[in-house]
Amino acid sequence: MPILDIRNLNVRFATQDGEVSAVNDVSLSVEKGECLGIVGESGSGKSQTFMAAMGLLAANGRANGEILFDGANLVGASEDAFNTVRGNRMSMIFQDPMTSLTPHMKIGRQLAEVLVHHRGASVVEARIQSLAMLKRVQIPEAERRLDMYPHELSGGLRQRVMIAMALLCSPEVIIADEPTTALDVTVQAQILDIIHDVKERLKTAVVLITHDLGVVAGLADRVAVMYAGRIVEVGDVGSIFSDPRHPYTKGLLACTPRLDDARQGIMTTIQGQPPNLQRLPSGCSFHPRCSYAAERCANERPALEIYGQGRARACFKDLKAA
Amino acid sequence: MLSFVARRLLIAIPTLWAIITVCFFLMRAAPGGPFDGEAPVPPEILANLRAAYHLDKPVMQQYISYIADLAHGNFGPSFKYKDFTVTELIAQGFPISAQNGLSAILLAIFIGVPFGILAALRQNSASDYSIMGVAMTGIVVPSFVMAPILILIFAIGLKDTPFQLPAGTWEGGAIKHRILPVFCLSLVYIAYLARITRASMIEALRQNYVRTARAKGLPFRQVVVRHALKTALVPVVTFLGPGIAFLLTGSMVIETIFQLPGIGRYFVQGALNRDYTLVMGVTILSASLIILMNIVVDVVYGFLDPRVRYD
Ligand SMILES: Nc1ncnc2c1ncn2[C@@H]1O[C@H](COP(=O)(O)OP(=O)(O)OP(=O)(O)O)[C@@H](O)[C@H]1O
Ligand SMILES: [Mg+2]
Repeated sequence: MPILDIRNLNVRFATQDGEVSAVNDVSLSVEKGECLGIVGESGSGKSQTFMAAMGLLAANGRANGEILFDGANLVGASEDAFNTVRGNRMSMIFQDPMTSLTPHMKIGRQLAEVLVHHRGASVVEARIQSLAMLKRVQIPEAERRLDMYPHELSGGLRQRVMIAMALLCSPEVIIADEPTTALDVTVQAQILDIIHDVKERLKTAVVLITHDLGVVAGLADRVAVMYAGRIVEVGDVGSIFSDPRHPYTKGLLACTPRLDDARQGIMTTIQGQPPNLQRLPSGCSFHPRCSYAAERCANERPALEIYGQGRARACFKDLKAA
Repeated sequence: MLSFVARRLLIAIPTLWAIITVCFFLMRAAPGGPFDGEAPVPPEILANLRAAYHLDKPVMQQYISYIADLAHGNFGPSFKYKDFTVTELIAQGFPISAQNGLSAILLAIFIGVPFGILAALRQNSASDYSIMGVAMTGIVVPSFVMAPILILIFAIGLKDTPFQLPAGTWEGGAIKHRILPVFCLSLVYIAYLARITRASMIEALRQNYVRTARAKGLPFRQVVVRHALKTALVPVVTFLGPGIAFLLTGSMVIETIFQLPGIGRYFVQGALNRDYTLVMGVTILSASLIILMNIVVDVVYGFLDPRVRYD
């Protein structure tokens, strides 16, 4: 049984100029010890899907459908019910480590309060365990860092602190929302190593949200590609990369610069703009930007169809490996 | 931090001196003088009076001797309250104004801040709208309107009931006689504090680290108190600094309506009477308090946010 099983999830935001359909009929699942990559353009609903799973939607947001965590539905759950899961059995790491830690609290206290709250640990015990966790995520001079304020740490170290914080209660699921986007390249690689290590050694399920297909290629077992709040293609990492079957996935892959590419120096882009989520195009949301679009695509929405080896795509066109 | 405070206190000396100088010459430049009463004073007597108070000397010389007196802690005699020195007047009135002001500030903090937080947590709900509605009323209704209304209700309407409160009497400062004036003083501050706290708490709750705290599974109360509150208090402290300085020096309106022997009325009366030394005295007092409170505010910032540096 998957530890996190999202079924037909919809997320809507009420705004002054109409309803925003941020997530539309998304179904996803993650098994223990598996890393699921989520890719897609900005605004495609990657974050909001999992914000719903954490009960962290903005006040104007509503989730519909099912989010089964270890068999129990979290959609519509109370704050108290979420609080037994969040930070304990399911944790989230956010994109911006510079602003994600409380500026006026020492690192040690921010870590310890998780253990005090969920595990009933004493302050001393919590400090010892926090220290061990900082060492585990390879923070140098860990003992000294416990008594520092966030602003005294670099971005990379702060993101390690965030990871340590997420790991404190040995969660079954970790959601990493663009954990490296705000960091420079060398630090990115270190952070990804730590996440890889967590997945391998602790058998934690990892959801890795990113723009960066390179990150997904290195870490994920399976990938889901999102467009305009929908999943357009899903499959294991190898086959998605070698044999994309959705025009959008194909486009994304073509946009990723590759060193081994013969056409070096030429950057491809997907033409057009992501759609307005308040007025989604009819039929397939991608059709206005799709070079394969036919008349049918504008009238009818393709369903997400399974077509073998755990792969599925939502497209009428039968794209073959190029 | 000690050296920071010491440095700020040192800078305060030239600041105060500048305020004193500007105020001194402005007062002398204003038409009229301390002895222009309703009935004209015979010229010989006026000349004598002016000589007695050294007003016959050139202004520059008056200024120099005033500064010299100040340096010795001597604020000079009052021109209007003939038997008193300015120091005596302030020593009598200031403790009363300060006690009332301090009570009013504490009342405002203990009522305004919690209501502001409540309104922020229930943003756009009925309780938010009612709290903000009342606060808006508190801000727009001036105290010279509010005070008589309260007197009508509590001193006259509730006469001979257990809720009756005296007004217009002081009786050496018995608690009962302070309730109405202190409440009146604090109303505007309660209202402002509620509005400022609401806005800053809403802003604080939007921060990424509050989202992190919620993602940790902490109960919402803990998220608010431990993670959001300190940030939300920064604008409150900014407002309270000068606010405290103003309240401690009394309010002309409240002290006049309730007949309190504080120093609030000296500000206006002193200026109207051209009581040069008294005006200088209360100006120096309130300027010093404002400077002092600004230093206190800067120190408190450091407690609320460790990123604030004192160098
Ligand atoms: N509180 C809100 N009110 C209205 N719209 C919102 C709200 N929160 C998010 N949205 C919208 O939901 C859509 C999906 O947002 P989401 O954060 O999931 O995108 P994303 O795929 O994570 O993008 P990014 O890569 O930029 O993080 C966006 O268009 C965003 O504008
Ligand atoms: Mg996002």
